[in-house]
Amino acid sequence: MAEHPQHDHQHEPVDCEAALAEIYTYLDGELTDEKRLLIAGHLEGCNPCIEAFDFEAELRMVISTRCRNDELPETLRIRIAQKLTLIARGDDVDGGDEGARSVEA
Amino acid sequence: MADQADFADQAMEYMPQLYSAALRMTRNASDAEDLVQETYLKAYRGFGGYKEGTNLKAWMYRILTNTFINSYRAKKRRPDETELDEVEDLYLYRRLGGLEAAQAGRSAEDELMDWFTDDEVKDAIEHLPENFRLAVLLADVEGFAYKEIAEILDIPIGTVMSRLHRGRKALQKELYEYALQRGLTDRLPEPEGAGATEPVDRQPAHTGTTAHDD
Repeated sequence: MAEHPQHDHQHEPVDCEAALAEIYTYLDGELTDEKRLLIAGHLEGCNPCIEAFDFEAELRMVISTRCRNDELPETLRIRIAQKLTLIARGDDVDGGDEGARSVEA
Repeated sequence: MADQADFADQAMEYMPQLYSAALRMTRNASDAEDLVQETYLKAYRGFGGYKEGTNLKAWMYRILTNTFINSYRAKKRRPDETELDEVEDLYLYRRLGGLEAAQAGRSAEDELMDWFTDDEVKDAIEHLPENFRLAVLLADVEGFAYKEIAEILDIPIGTVMSRLHRGRKALQKELYEYALQRGLTDRLPEPEGAGATEPVDRQPAHTGTTAHDD
């Protein structure tokens, strides 16, 4: 916090320290409208805080994007679909043994 | 009350996301497949308990998470269930935030994308102790609200917030290690650490006016 200069905007009810304390709740969209507007107001006039907020927001986006590209094995999708079909037909795949296959024929 | 016949239509689309989440949770592909399969079978059998019109994705994640906690956690418990070290706020920004300004003309997001590979980000998440990992995963990767995470994990909202706060900082610390390994930046001296930035300056200053006795 020491690295963020305190601005002496008398009318601003939120200073840098208070804004940065809410950086996650703000980015998470979890603040009340009132609190969110106060912080947005502070950000309008405070470049150091905007930079920090932008950095965190972008980092968040990178993290979620980087974790989205695992390839779902096609075999898994098919296996689950088949098991659901079997259960729907009344063969509880987990309950019984392998003998339940006869319905297929 | 939901009709089982609609389950496949509604729930199958979440499978890629659930599989990704399962990979982060179990940290291995074979367990992740089992976990997703078990989740779908349980969800199908319990679909009557799902209230039509409520958040199906959250409902599926709750089953996934519970199944993971009940079946896989016990089996794979690691000695990492300890508390996290204290990490300062804005840890990564204070160390890497300046880099973006140095490379003008590209958005910070482009830069961040370049800084970390898929595997680095995934590893960093998977290194988090489990409680923190689940919270970060649900919030930052899956985009659930605090209240939804509280319901999925069955913990109070205050606990969600504190796990997120500390988990995110720990994640940043992990990512910073990758940035250092790639030489993106020099290690920022810790407040009381050995602050020398140029270890080359070991040799005695030989500005050489007086001490020569040739």
